[in-house]
This record gives sequence, C-alpha cells and structure tokens, in this order.
Amino acid sequence: MGHILIKDLNKGFIEQSKKQSMGHVIIKNLNKEFIDRRKKSRCRSDAVPKHNRIPVLDNINLEFLNGEMVCILGPSGCGKSTLLRIVAGFDNAFSGNVLIDGKAHSGPSSDHIFVFQHSSLFPWMTVKENVELGLRAMKDQEEKEEKIQEYIDIVDLGGFEMHYPHQLSGGMQRRAELARALAVNPDILFMDEPFSGLDFLTHMRAREEVVNVHQFIGITMLIVTHDIDDALVMGDRIIVFSSRPARVKMARKLDFPRPRDFEKQPELNELRSEIFLMLGVPHAV
Amino acid sequence: MNLFFGNSNKPQHLTILAPILSFTLLILIWDIITRFSGWSDQVFPGPLKVFISIHELVLDGTLLKHTVASLFRVTAGFYLAIITGIPAGMILGRWKPGMIMLNPVIQFLRPISPLAWIPLAMLWFGIGDPPAVFLIFLSAFFPLVVSTMTAVLEINPVFFQVAANFNFSRFEVVTKIIFPAILPSVIQALRITVGIAWLVVVAAEMIAVNSGLGYLILDSRNALRMDYVMAGMIVIGLIGLILDFIMKRLGKIDSVFWGNISH
Ligand SMILES: Nc1ncnc2c1ncn2[C@@H]1O[C@H](COP(=O)(O)OP(=O)(O)OP(=O)(O)O)[C@@H](O)[C@H]1O
Ligand SMILES: [Mg+2]
Repeated sequence: MGHILIKDLNKGFIEQSKKQSMGHVIIKNLNKEFIDRRKKSRCRSDAVPKHNRIPVLDNINLEFLNGEMVCILGPSGCGKSTLLRIVAGFDNAFSGNVLIDGKAHSGPSSDHIFVFQHSSLFPWMTVKENVELGLRAMKDQEEKEEKIQEYIDIVDLGGFEMHYPHQLSGGMQRRAELARALAVNPDILFMDEPFSGLDFLTHMRAREEVVNVHQFIGITMLIVTHDIDDALVMGDRIIVFSSRPARVKMARKLDFPRPRDFEKQPELNELRSEIFLMLGVPHAV
Repeated sequence: MNLFFGNSNKPQHLTILAPILSFTLLILIWDIITRFSGWSDQVFPGPLKVFISIHELVLDGTLLKHTVASLFRVTAGFYLAIITGIPAGMILGRWKPGMIMLNPVIQFLRPISPLAWIPLAMLWFGIGDPPAVFLIFLSAFFPLVVSTMTAVLEINPVFFQVAANFNFSRFEVVTKIIFPAILPSVIQALRITVGIAWLVVVAAEMIAVNSGLGYLILDSRNALRMDYVMAGMIVIGLIGLILDFIMKRLGKIDSVFWGNISH
C-alpha cells in the first residue's frame, strides 16, 4: 500500500493510502423477508404461516466494483434501506451471500461506514469531536489535528469546528456527517437518502460535493435516493428496483462525462424519461 | 426552550430586580398580616422580629451549626444515591431482563414516602446521622434510578449503530454515548431529587437527631420561640433556592445544553 498525494485546487493536499481492490461487493441470491409481528402474536402456533412473512428482497444479484459510485432507485418501501443495511452488516437475518472483498462479512465495521437517513451526529459533541471519532486510533496528536482539519475542509465546514450540531443548518449537519464518515477512511460508504430534507440549492451543492469527494477519494459509494436526477447526475451506474419485493429491474452503466447536463446530453435525457416511466410516472416533469 | 429564549432576550437587570421586588412584597404582606391579625408576637412574629432573631442565631453560631449538620446529611445521602442509583439505572436501561424483573419492584417501593421508613430506620440505625442519611438516600435513590433508566431507554438507537460502525469498545459506548446522552435528563432529575432530599432532611431531623435545621425548628417550638421557628424556615427556603440555582446552572453547560434544544 503506497501513499499517494492527491491535490485538489480548493481543498489543499490530502494524503490517502491507496487501497488495492478494496470495497468490492458481490451480492448473490440475496433474499430477505420480514415477519409481521402483529399477525404472529394473534395466532398461537409456533410456526409462522406463509402469509405473515413479508418478502422484501427477492433474489438480488449485484456486484459493486472497487471505487464505483452506484445509485439505487426504487419506489418507497421497496427495500432499498433494507439492502443497504444488510450489506453494511447491520442486519444478518437474510439468505444468500454478501461478499465484501471476497469475504462474507461479520457485522458492522469501520471499513464500511453507513451514513444514516436521519442525522446521526452525536448532539453532545462539537463538529470537531464528531469527526475525531473516526480518527481515534491515531496516536500522534498533531497529525490527528491536521487530519481532522483536512476532512472538515473537504466538506467546507472550516470555522464551524467548535459548533454543536444543533447550531448548524440541516445541510451543514449532513456535511459534518460526511466528514465524520470519510475520516475513518472506509473502503465503502453507504448513504441512505443523504439529501432528504435539504432545500433545493443546498441539495444541489451537497450533490456536487459528494461527486467531488468521490472523484477525490475514490472509494466505493452506494447511494440510495428517491431523486432520479440525483442518480443520473452522480452515478457511475444506476440500479432500479421494482416495488416490494424488490427485484433488480434495471442496472445501467452511465458512461456520460461529467459535469452532466440533461440538455446537452440527449441520451441521458432519454434514460431519464425511461426511468420515470419505469417508476410509474408517464411524463418526466 | 423557554429558558433559552427567556435568558437571551431578557435584560440582565430585570432577572435580578423582579425577584427582589416580589420578595419585598412578600415581606410587606407578612408585616401587614401580623399587624392586623391581632395575634401576639409569640404566636405569629413579624418580619422585623424574625430578622432580629436570625441575626442573633447567626451571631451565636447556632444557625451555622444546624445548617452545616443538615447539609452534611443531605450531601451524604444524596451522594450515596448518586453513586448507586445512576449506575443501577444505566444497567437496567441497557439490560432488558434486569429491567423486566426489577422495574415493578422499584415502582412499588417508589411511592412509599421516605417518612414512612422512619420507624424502621431508627430501629436499624439508632439515633444520629445514619437514619437521617438513610432516609435521604431512599428519597433520592428511586427517582434517580427511574429517570436514569428512562433516559437510557430513550437514547436514539441509531447512535448505537454508529457506535458499532465506528468499532466502539464497550467502554467507549458508555463514556461517549450513554453517559453524555443521559446527562441532561440526569441533571434534571438531580435538580428535582435534591429538592426532595432537602424536604426529607428537615422531617427526619425532627425525629431522629438533635442537630440540624429540622431539630432547630422542633426545639424552638418546644421552647415556644416562634421567631426561631420562622428563622429556621427562612434559612431552609434560602438554601433550597441556592441548591436549585446550582442545579439549574449545571444544565446550562455547553455539552449538556443540546438537551434543551432537541427535546
Ligand atoms: N423492522 C421491520 N419489520 C417488519 N417490516 C419491515 C421492517 N423494516 C422494514 N420493513 C418492511 O420492509 C419494506 C422495505 O423497507 P425499507 O426501509 O427497506 O424501504 P425503502 O426502500 O428504504 O423505503 P424508503 O424509500 O421509503 O426509505 C417496507 O415495506 C417495510 O414494510
Ligand atoms: Mg429507506
């Protein structure tokens, strides 16, 4: 593992250890069902009748390559968060195989960080202390401070190090969380609707930020979103799920150069209409 | 929340002046009532007489002696409750079987007034500080266990997932999540329980001991010195006010303050 220096015009230098073929995910024949507890408690028998099982993921086969940014689309309630939670190791009640870098994984780990649908910054810690969580193992205090500052600068939160989350806006909280996640230097980053609840402009800016960070750090990123445009603008590849139980309805590589523009790239626009149709909206608005 | 806006908007001098005004009014009403009630000085002494008596009690050291005795008992019982009650609440909050088993017992013991324990406390611990400390411990222990347990149960489960994600050790889960997460609620609970403890100590001192503000009041009653009785009452009120003020300040420390916003 050699060390490479990447230079970013605005953000200064960042040193990142280059990882060989890390963050490679294979999902084979993944099935997942939830048991409806309400109905279960009504019947006495120990066996769970078939109709009380809610299938959520139906034979999913997917592969995410090292360094790939994959956006996952699908109707609400189809099982996107469930899939993400399984791959991240938070849920191991499933059948099939999930291999990360060739190994069936064993629970959550700091090699694959999950950015939750709702803010999970610790409200009792400042931005700096939150980011520091990912760098606890670092012994050298000076080096650690430098790293913290680097990641805070990446997400443009310089000057807010000593602020508590409740003193930040919604968009800044998301960015702080992103910094905390990146600071661990994970192989894979999972993001579940990272832009939900942000206003339009903040949303656009945050989206760009994530694209930049991805090009900059180059780790595997799985992003669940409701926003078709987000997926098309950000993704190296998009996956569209059917409604529950989720099946892969479409998996498409996006070979469009960035920055992407729906007007200048007619094929992209066509794909957009196609996906709108697929998700049940006949006319793209 | 109100606390927050109230403090930032209100001019500082008003928060000092307003209470001074209301206390002056209280003393005035007290004075008027004693003048027109027709009761003698021995039955219902006026403010002037009581303040002179307070002055006497301060000068001969009695007041200090009794106040220190009461504060000592409250502190001892309260600390005992803190070092046992908060860890117990934390364990019960994180350990389901323990909670299911012990919670009914706690809820059963909690509503029994600490004063109901006085006969047993005297029998077990004799006369002096131990039974009083025991009663204060009882009065603070159950509320502390219950509020700590509730606070732990209310921690956002996502935080524990973050902990797993960031490879927190068990020790780190306690120090970096559980402890700071429950701190605002625990300080709130401490504020309430120190008030209860202060109530209980006076009652306990009327029975089991021969020092403390409760004893001062009882002893003065036996001597028919109502001015000393009222002096004792005023000091009890003042110290209660100070204790509450200290606890309120604790809730405003920066790393605790988030609790005011997010709840
Ligand atoms: N703990 C649970 N117990 C039972 N059923 C569950 C549970 N969690 C999720 N489900 C079911 O699984 C389905 C998929 O949930 P999931 O959260 O993965 O959806 P999603 O695709 O992320 O939806 P959204 O886009 O609205 O966030 C839901 O329809 C829900 O009914
Ligand atoms: Mg979801």
